[in-house]
Amino acid sequence: MAGLTVEHLVKSFGSFRALDDVSLAVGDGEFVAILGASGCGKTTLLRQIAGFDRPDGGRIVIGDAVVSAPDRHVPPERRRIGIVFQSYALWPHMTVAENVGYGLDSAGVREPERSRRITDALALVRLDGFADRRPALLSGGQRQRVALARCLVTEPSLVLLDEPLANLDVHLRAGMEDQFAQFHARTRTTMIYITHDQAEAMALADRIAVMDQGRVLQFAAPSTLYREPADATVARFIGEGMVVPVTVRKNEGDAHCDVDLFGVPMRMRCAPGQRQGPASAVLRSGDLVPATGNAGGLDAVVTRTVYKGGHFRIEARLAAGVPEAQDLLLHLEVAEPSTLAAGQALRIAVHDGWVLPT
Amino acid sequence: MAADTETIGRGLKERIEESALLVVLLVVVAVLSVVPLARLVVEAFAPGGQVSLEAFRSVLGNATTWTATRNSLLVALGGTALAALLGSAVALIVALTDIRARNAFVFLFVMPLMIAPQVVALAWLTMFGPASALLHLLGIAPPPGSRNPLYSAGGIVLLLGVQYAPLVFLALRAGLRALPGELIEAGFAGGGGRWRVLRRIVLPLMTPPLVAGVALAFVSCLGNFGIPAFLGIPSGYLVLPTLIYQRLAGLGTSVLAEVSVLSILVGVIAIAGIRLQDAMLKRRDFRVVSVSNLAAPFELGRWRLPVEIVLWSLVVVMILLPMFALALTSLVPAVGVKLSAANATVENFRFVLFDHDAARRAFRNSLGLSIVAATAIALFAVPLAYFLVWRRSRLLRAVAFFSELPYAIPGVVVAIAAILLFLKPLPIVGFSLYNTVWIILFGYLARFLVLGLRPVVSGFHQLDRTLEEAAQITGASLVRRLRTVILPLVAPAAAAGALLIFLTAFNELTISALLWSSGAETLGVVLFSFQQGGDATYAAALAMLTIVLSVVLMSSTLLFAGRVSRGVIPWRD
Repeated sequence: MAGLTVEHLVKSFGSFRALDDVSLAVGDGEFVAILGASGCGKTTLLRQIAGFDRPDGGRIVIGDAVVSAPDRHVPPERRRIGIVFQSYALWPHMTVAENVGYGLDSAGVREPERSRRITDALALVRLDGFADRRPALLSGGQRQRVALARCLVTEPSLVLLDEPLANLDVHLRAGMEDQFAQFHARTRTTMIYITHDQAEAMALADRIAVMDQGRVLQFAAPSTLYREPADATVARFIGEGMVVPVTVRKNEGDAHCDVDLFGVPMRMRCAPGQRQGPASAVLRSGDLVPATGNAGGLDAVVTRTVYKGGHFRIEARLAAGVPEAQDLLLHLEVAEPSTLAAGQALRIAVHDGWVLPT
Repeated sequence: MAADTETIGRGLKERIEESALLVVLLVVVAVLSVVPLARLVVEAFAPGGQVSLEAFRSVLGNATTWTATRNSLLVALGGTALAALLGSAVALIVALTDIRARNAFVFLFVMPLMIAPQVVALAWLTMFGPASALLHLLGIAPPPGSRNPLYSAGGIVLLLGVQYAPLVFLALRAGLRALPGELIEAGFAGGGGRWRVLRRIVLPLMTPPLVAGVALAFVSCLGNFGIPAFLGIPSGYLVLPTLIYQRLAGLGTSVLAEVSVLSILVGVIAIAGIRLQDAMLKRRDFRVVSVSNLAAPFELGRWRLPVEIVLWSLVVVMILLPMFALALTSLVPAVGVKLSAANATVENFRFVLFDHDAARRAFRNSLGLSIVAATAIALFAVPLAYFLVWRRSRLLRAVAFFSELPYAIPGVVVAIAAILLFLKPLPIVGFSLYNTVWIILFGYLARFLVLGLRPVVSGFHQLDRTLEEAAQITGASLVRRLRTVILPLVAPAAAAGALLIFLTAFNELTISALLWSSGAETLGVVLFSFQQGGDATYAAALAMLTIVLSVVLMSSTLLFAGRVSRGVIPWRD
């Protein structure tokens, strides 16, 4: 087992910067997700860590060994890491046992230990009895587990998972997520999990690195990402946050600030060093509710209601008179039954928010 | 720390192993392509080591050179035009319409490529000549002593067209298969009729494969030896390859400098043809945006049967009738005797198989040469394609070019280069390959490398690279990955390539006609000498045997055809 340190990694393809000064420090035994939309650089990052590509600049350290540096490139076969590929990459001409045992042969593991470890690895992913099957005869979920067993049998210090659930049916994913989590709890292997699915990342990872345009925007625990996003991109990407302009009146010093939201004074969470003045804040749909009685709130007009089963998603635009809010669309959830309809006026009470650090 | 040192040590060993493999690949390609061709150029400009333009002056000052050059261009252009017309018409019908029995038709139509030009030439000669067993059976044989109409420039053009129409067909069919159906559907949706869609959409988009196929046909027509040798030499109509052959056969190695110049001349014309192709394609953008569903076949409706009849008449006349005539001739007891049910005999087959020493040796040699060449190239092609496809670099692009070169230029050029390279005994070992079967093997390896390489390259393109990376990450070295993961996965493509090489080498004539020696005859050479010596019945029997073997092998591949990418096995639709 080993930690992973990535320092100032740069990789360009022609004029396109796939990785732009990426730094990450992953602790030993940690489960980290790299989250981002396609093209954000997450797969490029994985290929640099695995050693399939040479970075243009920066360093990669696995455990205490420098594996990539301007003057050094340890080839993939010498990095002692495991990968589960998105396509699984099972060798079609080999049986399940041969697939799993391949890495043991590379490492020079002899019988009877070899057989024992294959059996153990298959038991670990609950594929006992499948040793002599060919990959073509397995279901998607079974192939996924063979790939996992193949990756784990050599007890790599670091495991990279490249969108391992992307090719599975939705109903299989939850089960596999459980298996990954259990597996990580049992082995405490350092795992780097590449995904574009934030629900998956949130469910599994100790920490998540959010990537966009070749940069790491924020590297933090899932709840921190959700509650205290570092910038507007992360705020919008994670949990569909609504980014609104605010004016910070006063930092209370108790992790809260007094702010002005479209002329309505309210309290929001903020960073300790948050200064006064214009800023942005993120609102979550769960923190917005239709105001009752004479309570204060934002005056808005419903533009659309979408039935979501058990509740409605209400989209609303702020009422006229707030020029900077004309393009802003708020959305909130309202439990069934609801009589709200498009065109109707609605006052929205805001219960919480987070001032994006400036 | 000890483990880390050990890791680095093993990493170093593997890096050396990888570099060594790459060096071996580079050296082999250099020896097969760069070295012999460079030697050829040196001989032309500096015969015997002395810089001199004497050879150039004497060759270029000789009227025969220019006659042969003119003839070469004439028949090559004529043959190419015919091949282009025939091949593209057939490709459009086969790939775009709903005709039936396509596999059988394609199998027959591309057969000339697999059974060698001289066999096709022989079959056509036996069909038309005054001694034609077929015409005698039909009672329409020309009077004895009358001239076979194929002994002419027109005959050469006709047979070159028949021989290389499949090249144009294969190139265009591959292009049509990659044509997205939406483009055609959009044409119909835009209100165009069939002809309009064909003329305005399909044909313009098919320019690159068509031009590539036509260029390939031109180079093949120009370099062809078998057809002008069988049809041209008897009537004194010489082209550059047959001129080179006659010079060398008549005067021996004393004219090497001159034939080197002639080789360069024909090589330059071939390369000019290829460059012209590149230039034509550079001017416009032919890229097809998406490759989704294939085009639905045009329904021919009531025209289907007439079109099928035309197509099948074509293969009957082009392929089946000549082969039938050849089969009849192989059963004739002696040249000039009229064949009847009573006098038909298998004596000719028995003679070429058991009694004729050179023919017996030729079977052994051709079989051995083609098996060794096919196996060696298939095995060599796997690591070479690995580097070409997955480790691109400028050096490797040069390697790809030089692997193609000996096949792109005419076979006689490769043969002359091989003679120059191996005329003197090899340094150090002191052993001479000249006048042995080994120099023929060298020629085959050089010329057919790319035949084995292409299917493997396309196999690599279809292979998911993560299959290799998954092995790499477990710690497997390159050599182990090649052996345990990559070779098994590209084996079907390598086997298809090996088979193409086997068929081509087994029936080969151009290279062996210049490189053979007593004891090192090939089937092509023996067939040629039977034909030149007037032993038409033996020639027919020998040709029939090679046809049967080729057809059996071609058919056998249909068993594993599903495992290689479409288009790798040319005779399968």
